[in-house]
Formats: sequence, C-alpha cells, structure tokens
Amino acid sequence: MSDRIEVLKTNKLFINGAFVRSESGRSYRVNKANSKTFLANLALASRKDLREAVLAAKNGLIKWQSATAFNKSQILYRIAEIMEGRREQFVEEIIALEGLPKKSADLQVSQAIDLWIWYAGWTDKISVIAGGENPINGPFYNFTSPEPIGVVGAFAPDAPSLLGLVETLAPIIASGNSALLIASQRYPLSAVTMSEVFATSDVPAGVINILTGNQKELAPWLASHMEISGMDITSLDKKSEIEIRKAATSNLKRIGNFDTKVSPERILAFMDYKTIWHPIGI
Amino acid sequence: MAATHAFPERAKSLGITSEKSLLKFLSSLPGIDQIGVEERAGYLATRSIKNESKRWAIDLALSMVDLTTLEGSDTDGKIRALCNKGLHPDPFDKTLGRVGAICVYNDKVKIARNHLDQIGGSDLPIAAVSTAFPAGRASMAVKIQDTRDAISDGASEIDMVIDRGAFLSGSYQDVFDEIVTIKSQCGDDVHLKVILETGELVSYDNVRKASYLACLAGADFIKTSTGKISPAATAPVVLIMLEAVRDFMNLSGIQIGVKPAGGIRNTKDAIKQLVLVNEIAGSQWLSPKYFRIGASALVNDLLMQRMKARDGYYASSNYVTLD
Repeated sequence: MSDRIEVLKTNKLFINGAFVRSESGRSYRVNKANSKTFLANLALASRKDLREAVLAAKNGLIKWQSATAFNKSQILYRIAEIMEGRREQFVEEIIALEGLPKKSADLQVSQAIDLWIWYAGWTDKISVIAGGENPINGPFYNFTSPEPIGVVGAFAPDAPSLLGLVETLAPIIASGNSALLIASQRYPLSAVTMSEVFATSDVPAGVINILTGNQKELAPWLASHMEISGMDITSLDKKSEIEIRKAATSNLKRIGNFDTKVSPERILAFMDYKTIWHPIGI
Repeated sequence: MAATHAFPERAKSLGITSEKSLLKFLSSLPGIDQIGVEERAGYLATRSIKNESKRWAIDLALSMVDLTTLEGSDTDGKIRALCNKGLHPDPFDKTLGRVGAICVYNDKVKIARNHLDQIGGSDLPIAAVSTAFPAGRASMAVKIQDTRDAISDGASEIDMVIDRGAFLSGSYQDVFDEIVTIKSQCGDDVHLKVILETGELVSYDNVRKASYLACLAGADFIKTSTGKISPAATAPVVLIMLEAVRDFMNLSGIQIGVKPAGGIRNTKDAIKQLVLVNEIAGSQWLSPKYFRIGASALVNDLLMQRMKARDGYYASSNYVTLD
C-alpha cells in the first residue's frame, strides 16, 4: 500500500482560456475500454456553458483574425511542440478509452501531431491558392481574398479520438476562425488533454473552447445560436443532420459535412470570399 | 462671525436648522455591519428569476436606463445616434418604449435636445453631468455656471458630483451647502441627481452618511458613481442607498430616487439591481421615476436577451447597433 494520497484530476471545460466546471454542476462517468471499471468523471456541459463559450469565442475572434498568417502558423506549430511533450499521456488515454494496442495508439498521436504541422503550413498559403487577381474588362484591379467567417461550432468524432479531433479543429482555426468544439461523449479524454495543450501554446484565450458533454443535447442550441457562423457536423448521424440544418437556417449558417478527413478544402469550407474593386489610375 | 447656511424645508422639518444639528443628525446614523450587508446583497443576487418575470424585468430595466455617453471623444454624430437609440431601442419593435433619459456632457445638451425634438422625442429627458464632472474640482462660480448652461440648453435633469475631499475631511456643511446651491439653480422643474462617487468614500458608513446628506440638502435622486472610477455600483452600496431613501421616506414623507451607474453591463446585473430595489426599498421604487440605471453597453445586452426570450434561441450582437 502506498503511503501517499492519490492526486486525482478534475476534468473541466475549457472556456475563454480557463478551465471551469459546468455551471450546472453536472458530470458523467466514462469507463475503461471494454469493461465496467471507472476511468474518469467529466463535466457535462449545459446550454448556459455553451452560451458562455460562444461569447468567449466571439471575443477570441477579434485577436485571432487580426493575427498575421505567419503568427498563426507559429502558434499551430507550437501546439504540435507542446503535444510532443505530452505524448505519453495522450497514448495512455487512447489505450484506456479506445482499447487500442500501444502501437496504434502511438501512431495516432504521431499523426495528430503531424497534422497540426501540416495545417501550420497552410495558414499563409490558403489565401494565395484560393484568392488572387481576377481578369476583368474595365479600368479596375479586381482582387478576391478568402476570409474567416467567424465563430464555428464543431463536433468531434468518437474515434480515432485524438486524430479525429485534430482533423475537425485544425482546419477551422487555421484560417482565423474561432472555434467551439463539443468533444466526443464516449472518448472525451483526448479533448481534455488537448485543451491543456492549447492553454499552454500561445493560442489567445477564447480562440478555442472545448465542452465535454452530450452532443445531442447541445447541438440544437449551437445550431440556432445567432452568433455562430458555421458548423462542422461530419461526426453527427443523418437523423440529427436534418434537425441541425433546419435550426441553422435562422442566420444561414455554413454547414460542413465532409467526406475527406484531411484537405485544404476543409479550411476553405469556413471561409468567405471578399472581392475588392479598385480603380486603375487614381 | 458665523456663516449663514440655507436649510431647505425637508431638513427643517427634521429639526436641522444649523451646522450643529446637521452634524448631530449625521453622527446619530447607525453604523453598518459590513459582513451583514455584503451577505445580504450576495444572497439577493442568487435569486432565480423565472422566464415570465424576466421578460417583464427586461422591459422595465430598459425603461430605466439613462443611456449614457461621457467621453472626451464624443462627437455630435455620436450624440444623435445615442438619441435615436434612446427613443427606439429596438428599431424593429415599435411596441418597446423609450429609455429613461439620455445622459451627456454639458456641452452636448443642446445638440441632443434639438435632435430629440426633431425626431419626436420631445418628452425624453436629457440629463447633463454638471459641476465640473467627474472630479468636481472647480470654484463654486464655475459649478453654478455649468449648471445654468445645462439647464438653459434644455437639460431637465442635472447630475452633480459632491466634493469628496470636503466630505472625507468632515466638512459636511460645505458639501450640504453646495448641494443646496445647485438645487436652487435647478428649481422645482429640473431634477437634481447627486453623485456620491461611492468608490472614493472608503467605507459603507460614509455611503450612508453621504446618502442622507444629499437627501436632506435637496436631492431628487442619489447616484452611486461617475462611472469614471472602479468600483462603481456594487450591490452592497446600492443596498445601503436604497435603505437610506426608504428610511428617509419614512422620516420625511419625501420619496427620493436611486441611480446606480457604472459596471452594470448585462441583463443579469440589471435584474439583480431590480431585485434589490424591490426587496429593500419596495415596489413603489420600481419605476423610472424613482430608479434609473446609468449605462451604455447594457442596452444591447437587454435587447439581445429580449430577442432570446422572443425567438427561443440565443441572439447575436450583429443584430444590435454599435455603441
């Protein structure tokens, strides 16, 4: 028997760069893979937590949109750096929750880290690929440039728990959007640890907000919230999709439901095109 | 030779006819239990408000707002925009009434008055911050002229600051005289709000003392703060001021209003204030005639909460005007 008292961790929500309990005081339990053994308690976010998170994302947007592409790139790379230091924790959590063998858990973490670096490379290239000078008939310069649409809500898929989360989140914030991510209800630990990475990797407060809880409970509030400009619902089922699409008409949200896991298309899905006409010779 | 001081009727009716009797009255006020008042204010803030009551409270709070801009960078355009917003807080919903008043710096009163008269808001009062707001560091002649200017430009409410330095050094009679003088400039038609600047008064006992002092000297309203320093309208301070006006009403039969200002930015804060009013002073204070909230950003949050109550989903700040 150990003579030391165990130090247990309280898993919290990540809102506005701070770790908070759910205002509702609710929590839920997850078990170890394929067993009934207790693994962790997690905060069960309420719609009021969601409301706070959206407010935080709205404020975070101001800082993140005005950051230069180069700076965004550095910060995304920094996320990968910090994740590398927490590799063991990620691996352990994936094994405990998803029940994967060590080798595939290891591989998943490596892929997730590499994906941040891949998206870090995209931040200053996306506007060059998707924007440009348009040929027009008249005495004007005509430019098109893609811009982030605003606050984007997203649902992380269950598995692969870490890689799936990065595949969802990284393209949203790479362009300058701020994000509100609802973690997988089944495998939430990677999301909690990821939020601890974000808190220590120079991501401005509010740019990324992560809620753990029931995706189905929160989805309608997210879909109808007028402050949300886009949603990634790739990991939701077909039945929820119809409800979400209906609710999202209130402010014509951009809805993403992607076939490809990794693609610059996923960045562009949450960008608007702005076209500027400038007279020549004035 | 002893200086002669003027004492208004309400002070005389309570037996205050000299500096000595004023000091005696103020020193007879009971002290405040700091822990108790903070606990009570904290407890009242936890009260849950049901949806129906919340809707009513939002509309009431909107009607009580003194929509304020007090910046060195205020322009005529900004003042006009503020007036438009004060008259029609939600341009898409004409059933929603106007705010309590428009509160501006002295030199902007004329532009606000003219604009309001042009757009059909001639019954919307304008409050002017006068007497060398916010510090109050000017000669009495300047303060009087300041007040006269505001009134002749069309202000129907004057927000004056007290001399906190004089108050803190115990020269209560000087503070009293100042309020009496400014009130005499206002007459009966122009409402006088006396700003105590509670953030500088150091103790709760002083807040109570200053509240009574202002009530006795002729205030129509007592106001917490200029909004220029923090802390401003904290719940315990508002609670003490509400107690003061309630007790002053029992003493003299005169009902004096309260105006918290500064730091009330969202609907939750505003509703907490209304709960305080109802619980401490009583429901006869739940009207724009006796309770005002000095604010600017608050209106947008009230409007957004109103939209949420109406539509059933969370609103966006993209659908309310920029301040």
